[in-house]
Amino acid sequence: MTTLGIDLGTTNSALAAADEAMPAHAVPIAQVIGPGEVAERPTLPSFLLLPGELEVPAAQLQLPWSGPMRYAVGEFARERGAELPHRLVASAKSWLCNPAIDRTAQVLPFRGAQRELERDMADGERVSPVNASARYLAHLRAAWDDAHPDEPASEQDVLVTVPASFDPVARELTAVAAREAGFDRVTLLEEPQAAFYAYLAARGDAWRRELAPGDVVLVCDIGGGTTDFSLIEIADDAGNLVVERIAVGDHILLGGDNMDLALAALVGRDLGRPLDALQQRALVHTCRRAKELLLGGAAPDVLPIAILGRGSRLIGGTLKAEVRRAQAEALLIDGFFPEVEAGARAAQRRAGGLRELGLPYAHDPAVTRHLAEFVARFGRMPSHVLFNGGVMKGPALAARVVGQLRAWAGRDVRVLAGADPDLAVALGAAHYGQVRRGHGIRIRGGTARAYYVGIESAMPAIPGFAPPIKALCVAPQGLEEGSTVELPDDELGLVVGEPQVFRFFAAAARPDGAGPVTGEAGALVDADADGMVELDPVEKLVAADADHAAGQLVPIRLEAHVTEVGTLELWCVARDGRGRWKLEYSVRERA
Amino acid sequence: MSRLFLAFACFFGVLFGKKLPSGALALLPATTPPAPTVPAPARPAPAPVKDARPEPARDDRPRVSTAQHHRDGALALLALLQREGRLIDFLQEPLDGFSDADIGAAARDVHRGCRKVLEQHLSLEPVMPGAEEARVAVPKGFDPAEIRLIGEARGEPPFRGTLRHHGWRVVDARLPALADGVDRAVIAPAEVEL
Repeated sequence: MTTLGIDLGTTNSALAAADEAMPAHAVPIAQVIGPGEVAERPTLPSFLLLPGELEVPAAQLQLPWSGPMRYAVGEFARERGAELPHRLVASAKSWLCNPAIDRTAQVLPFRGAQRELERDMADGERVSPVNASARYLAHLRAAWDDAHPDEPASEQDVLVTVPASFDPVARELTAVAAREAGFDRVTLLEEPQAAFYAYLAARGDAWRRELAPGDVVLVCDIGGGTTDFSLIEIADDAGNLVVERIAVGDHILLGGDNMDLALAALVGRDLGRPLDALQQRALVHTCRRAKELLLGGAAPDVLPIAILGRGSRLIGGTLKAEVRRAQAEALLIDGFFPEVEAGARAAQRRAGGLRELGLPYAHDPAVTRHLAEFVARFGRMPSHVLFNGGVMKGPALAARVVGQLRAWAGRDVRVLAGADPDLAVALGAAHYGQVRRGHGIRIRGGTARAYYVGIESAMPAIPGFAPPIKALCVAPQGLEEGSTVELPDDELGLVVGEPQVFRFFAAAARPDGAGPVTGEAGALVDADADGMVELDPVEKLVAADADHAAGQLVPIRLEAHVTEVGTLELWCVARDGRGRWKLEYSVRERA
Repeated sequence: MSRLFLAFACFFGVLFGKKLPSGALALLPATTPPAPTVPAPARPAPAPVKDARPEPARDDRPRVSTAQHHRDGALALLALLQREGRLIDFLQEPLDGFSDADIGAAARDVHRGCRKVLEQHLSLEPVMPGAEEARVAVPKGFDPAEIRLIGEARGEPPFRGTLRHHGWRVVDARLPALADGVDRAVIAPAEVEL
């Protein structure tokens, strides 16, 4: 029985497989790489191109398993899409967890607030963030099926990874996308856990000598566009080592692409001539390579940079510049990874003012400040760090992060050698698929946060004051897949025939016990307590039927269920036993 | 007794660079090389080059001729080298009037792009491992298509000689599968910015 691991990434997706005979291994992905050219690549760039027939003919996009196609995903989509930005969907995953938009509405390619006004006039296909994700997944499925006709992906166990910080709505939408793509047996797995499984798979039993009870591992995942931190604790349970995920940070929209753009801006000034859009893109590409060289081992002191002429005259039009290593280090290491005190906090964007609707990019570019804040918030100093994501291949950046952790902890912090950072998450997911069958160690995790629904306090109406909201804990943190929590009977009721909307909150427990989380289902806490985050509301319209007349108040109790897929479901159960209704996540645009 | 003598004769023969006694040569295995040498090429027959095109059985449309396929394959490779490394632009541009520094600056990028194409689509290895300019032996039964002899070969192999170029062999070609209905003669489309 094969298990497939899929890293559905913001900028790159990867596929891995594992079975009894063969440990987790990466699976190359056939994709369109040029007009009418299909070849295998180690990863699938997460880009979707939706061109007009005059921009890219359908014949140029056909795959070995398809006829002419009206869209493309992968390498050619990314490259040709740079010339057709109005047809290109990028960072669909960041849109999937952006509550500022309706994530099931056809809003991509995103055209910005101004262009939204022209929405009806603009031609061309648009897709929802869910549908874009489904197309990446469908491509992976088709590529796998084409290469493995005897083992169709729909019949295999498939692990799709999501950021640990994804809220229940984004997880639900990822599961929807996977079903839409034709995967029937899907389970969601958190990316840092997958990276840790990849480490376990790569090290074999040696990990038991590298880690001991009491150790805390920071999984530091810095990809092209996003940064995520998680803490994993090693504990002793009756003589056995157990691994538990104890903390999950926020999803930070900051990554290697920001560094490439910064370096490109620096070099661009020296080129002495304004660049057109494609040369600018070539410059960013060149700067990405320059970054990897200058922050890598044995870096040259000076690196020449050339931007080739745009027309067929190549040499005559070439622009030249150079980057000194010291310059790059000052910009990239001290700019993005400055040395900060343990008490440093990331700068927040000031609220208020008009902002263009778009992705909520991080305001503070200093990764180390985000890290200091994360470590301080959870009150646990890591003893080890496991790096993941393409950016951390640069030893200079990894060294800075380790140096900071050592300075804050006042003791040694060791680096765990994991798998190839571009493929680790997919490999770890495929490995976990086998672990789940009973071989090998499993990370204890469950839900990353505790979840609450808002309950209005019953009190006399006072003009000008909204009644205070209490938060009722419906799912404690750490609820495992497949488990159900029934809340004690409360004075809750559903009105038949009227839409019921519950405000929905999340909070993460802190190992030091501070914060709003009590860990008990049924607990009531203040909804505006520090650390409480409001999510999309949940809602339900119960239609009148034979048992329930319109306008009737049905006494209910709440039930939380973590599905085998890994999504959270909330149910209203009639106390008289005559009805059960699932609350739906509302993904509509929030005012 | 005669063998002991022969052994001593060989020992001194080798030590002082004389010809080996003819009796010794008869006793030595025929292929044992007399000088530091390289093993015979690891792969006596060229590895079959993988064709990434779909199996003919999967396509019931009328097939284009083999010659057409060869032409399309060659043109697609040129298109790749142009797209990734601007190779056609580079070769088509007259170099007169440019300084070596200008040419060098552009050549770096052309080199990087074309090399990426090679790395992604071909696995290359030397036909004859070993340092160039070193003495090597050309074994008996060698394939003249793999090893090109320069100068006059006397007698039967093994031959001794100097390795001037180690050669290249494509171990694996992962060339793109080509869709029908695309004109491969256009290796770089004209670009018009609107």
